Order: sequence, then structure tokens, then C-alpha cells
Amino acid sequence: MKLVTAVIKPFKLDEVKDALKAAGVAGITVTEVRGFGRQGGHTETYRGAEYKIDFVPKVRLDVVVDDAQVDGVIDTITSSAATGKIGDGKVWVTEVGRIVRIRTGEEGADAV
Amino acid sequence: MSSGDLAWVLMSAAMVAFMTPGLAFFYGGMVRSKNILGMLMQNIFAMGIVSVLWITIGFTLAFGGDGPIIGNLAHAFGRDLWDGDGGLLAFFAFQMMFAVITPALISGATADRLKFSSYAWFVAVWSLLVYSPVAHWVFGAGGWILEMGTEDFAGGAAIHINAGIAALVVVVILGPRHGHGSEPMPPHNLPQTVLGTGILWFGWFGFNAGSALAANGIAAQALVNTHVAAAAGMLGWLAIERVKTGHATTLGACSGAVAGLVAITPCAGFVGGYSGVVIGALAGLICYAALGIKERFGFDDSLDVIAVHLVGGIVGTLLLGFFGEAAINGVDGLFHGGGIDLLVDQFVGALGVLAYSGAVTFVIATVIDRTLGLRVTADEELVGLDQTQHAESAYQA
Repeated sequence: MKLVTAVIKPFKLDEVKDALKAAGVAGITVTEVRGFGRQGGHTETYRGAEYKIDFVPKVRLDVVVDDAQVDGVIDTITSSAATGKIGDGKVWVTEVGRIVRIRTGEEGADAV
Repeated sequence: MSSGDLAWVLMSAAMVAFMTPGLAFFYGGMVRSKNILGMLMQNIFAMGIVSVLWITIGFTLAFGGDGPIIGNLAHAFGRDLWDGDGGLLAFFAFQMMFAVITPALISGATADRLKFSSYAWFVAVWSLLVYSPVAHWVFGAGGWILEMGTEDFAGGAAIHINAGIAALVVVVILGPRHGHGSEPMPPHNLPQTVLGTGILWFGWFGFNAGSALAANGIAAQALVNTHVAAAAGMLGWLAIERVKTGHATTLGACSGAVAGLVAITPCAGFVGGYSGVVIGALAGLICYAALGIKERFGFDDSLDVIAVHLVGGIVGTLLLGFFGEAAINGVDGLFHGGGIDLLVDQFVGALGVLAYSGAVTFVIATVIDRTLGLRVTADEELVGLDQTQHAESAYQA
């Protein structure tokens, strides 16, 4: 099992969610996060004074999937989250040691 | 007082009372989220402390008797306010709401670092030693500024110049916020500021049109002037902002409207025709330009009380000397054949308020600073006023 984590543009969330559902993903966890990458921050103006806002709002998705699904999920996220402009985000994969469904106690692939 | 007049003045008192919570949100949206309750509390607390002081002694010091300098004690502790038809009570109530909001205006300049206990003492003492005498001079029977011929319809000098210069003096003594100039301190919730602006704008109809103290033509004129000046103030501010920064901002729209409202306050019942539009637009432009004053002199007026209230109050007080129309309410300014006399009276009246309020505020703030300390500690400032002054948080994670 793998944990696929993606940081994407917030307005792309619905598209990515729909694409993942269509691809058969059973569940995702979403977190609102802030950060910076190559995009950097942006400037805001208050009463004529300009402020540099370093951290940009993003959405983080966490999806636990079966090993066989990993490449498909990554493709789905990258294609549905892409705008082609700077700041589209990243996807990375982490090994998952153990997974348990709390209600039933099922483990491994059954719990995904 | 006729029942019609009484109804309008009572309604106006309620509208002006609503302005202080409006001001709280106007300012509150602009501070950082760790200081929002501190800001709301300073405003709401003024409604508590100043109202009790007003019926105890503040009103009679401002409006008792007809001496040139100060009132008397005839109405101390609410004595003899009943005059048979409620006219004096309505006037008392209406003026009470002015007394409440005036020191509350100062809280925008000192935002994020004023110790609450010291603020409480400051507002109480300032209300009695500064507001009551100045209100007597400008509004009270026999007051020297009124007698001299200075006109101040609803408080350009008595309220906005008065609070504005006091704000300047206090921030100079208080010093800048920790991190001022080096770290960004953007507003935490501009929608609150927009909401507060709407409440202020609405309440201002009571403030200015109510100052006619009658349901008459002057009240109607004042209401129209108030609205168009706010509108033109907004457009003036947005125009210069768009040229200078490339954007017309929400905060700019709100700030410009308030600048227009401040400037029309002394003029509201004395000018007519298109004058309200011109006065409002000039206020929007000049108050925007005045934002640079604090950088120029290096003081930290957190929410620009000086640029908007002090400068806006001066602009309105002086412009009345140009735009006053005898056909509306008895005084002609320079543009209506009245010569320079009114302008001179406006200038001297403004100067009198500036000098007195500045000097006495300096003494009050210095004494409090040396005894109780005006500022919170550096650690308290970093944690925020909400937790350190009031043991509360506005927003739960």
C-alpha cells in the first residue's frame, strides 16, 4: 500500500476529486494548507502600503491506495490538477506500513 | 420640543449609539486576529464608562450654564434633566452618544499595544478633562468658540479634530508596534471593516441630521449632504488609489467614505447644492495623501486615525469657511459672498481645539504612562491583547 499526497491549487479540488472518484478511489482526505514553492508569494495593498504575502493557500490531498493503483492515481491527479501555470503543485508517494479499518478491524488491501 | 422633533432626536440618539459598535468592527477588521477582541472591547467599554460618567458629571460640565469655558454642576447625577416635555432628556441622550464615540475613535491609532486598564483610565479622565470642556466651547451656550462665530454643525472640531489630535499625541508617547515597518500587519478580516463602514454610514445620518435637533429642512439638507459626501469621498479615495497603486481596494472604498463623512460633519447643516459632493471628494483625496504623514514623521498610527479623522476634521472645518450658505442656515462662506470672516473663525476654532486637546491629552497620557504604563509588555504584545488582556480568543482553531 502507498500513501499518495498531492498539494494542488484550491480551485482545482473539485475536478481532482471527481476524477479520482471516476478512477475508483474509495476515499480521500483534504486539508487546507499554506506554503511556498517556486511560485513564491504575492503582493497585497492596504491603504497604499504593499505587503508581500509569502505563503500561498493550497489544498493537500491524502489518498491511500493499493500498490497496483498508484501510477493510475498519480496520472489522474496530475492531469486533473494541471493548469500549465506556475503553482500547480506536486504529488509524491510514501510507503504505508500498516492500515486498519477502525469499524471492522480489517487490515491491508481490504481496509483501503 | 414638538413631538415630531422629539421623535427625530430620540431616533438619532439611537442611531449614533449604534455607531460605536460599528466603529468597533470598522477598526476590528483591520487589526490582526490576536487583537480583535481587544479592539472590540475598547470600543464597547467606552459605551459603559462614558455613559455612566456622562449622567454623573460629564453632561453638566459640557452643557450646564452658559459660561465661556466650562459648564456647571446643575445636572450632576442626572439632576433636573426632566423639563416637562422630554426635550432636555432627548438632547442629553443624543449628546451622550457623541461623548461615547469620541474617545473610542482614538482606539484605532493605539491598536495592538495599549494596556486595557490604562485605556480604561485614559478614556474616563479624557472624557471629563478634554471632551466635556471642548464640547462646551463648541456646542454649549456661551462657549467661547461658538460665541466667536465658529460653526461646527455636528462635531468636525469637537469630535474629529479633538479625537484626532489626541490620537496623535498618544501614539507618539506610546511608540510603534513591535515589528512596525519590518513585518507585515495586514487586516485580518476586511468583511468586518465593510460591515462596520455600513453601520457608521447609517448611524451618521443620526449624527449629522440629528444635529439639527429638529425634524426640519436643515435636518433634510444635512442628511443629503452626509450621504453625497460619503459617496464622493469614496470615489475620490478610489481614484487616487487606483492611479497610485493600480487597484481600487475594498478598504480604500471604506476609508474614503468615512473620510467624506468626517469632512461633511461640521458642514452638514450649513451647505447646500453640490457643495457636499465637492467637500467629500476633496476629503477623499486629501485624507489619502495624508496617509504619508505617519511615514514622514515616523509614528505608528495603526489604523490611520490621524489621516482620516484629524485631517478630515480639519478639511471639513476649514471648507465650511468657503462653502457656507446663509440661505441654508445663516452663514456665508468665501464662495457665497461672506468674505473671509467665517474662514478665520473656523481656523481659530480649529486651532483652539488642537491646542487644548493636544496639551491636556499629553499630560493625561504621560501621567498614566509613568504610573500604570500605557503599553502591554513585549511578550504580551506578541501573544496578543485578546489572550493577555481579556483571557479570551475570538476564533477557535
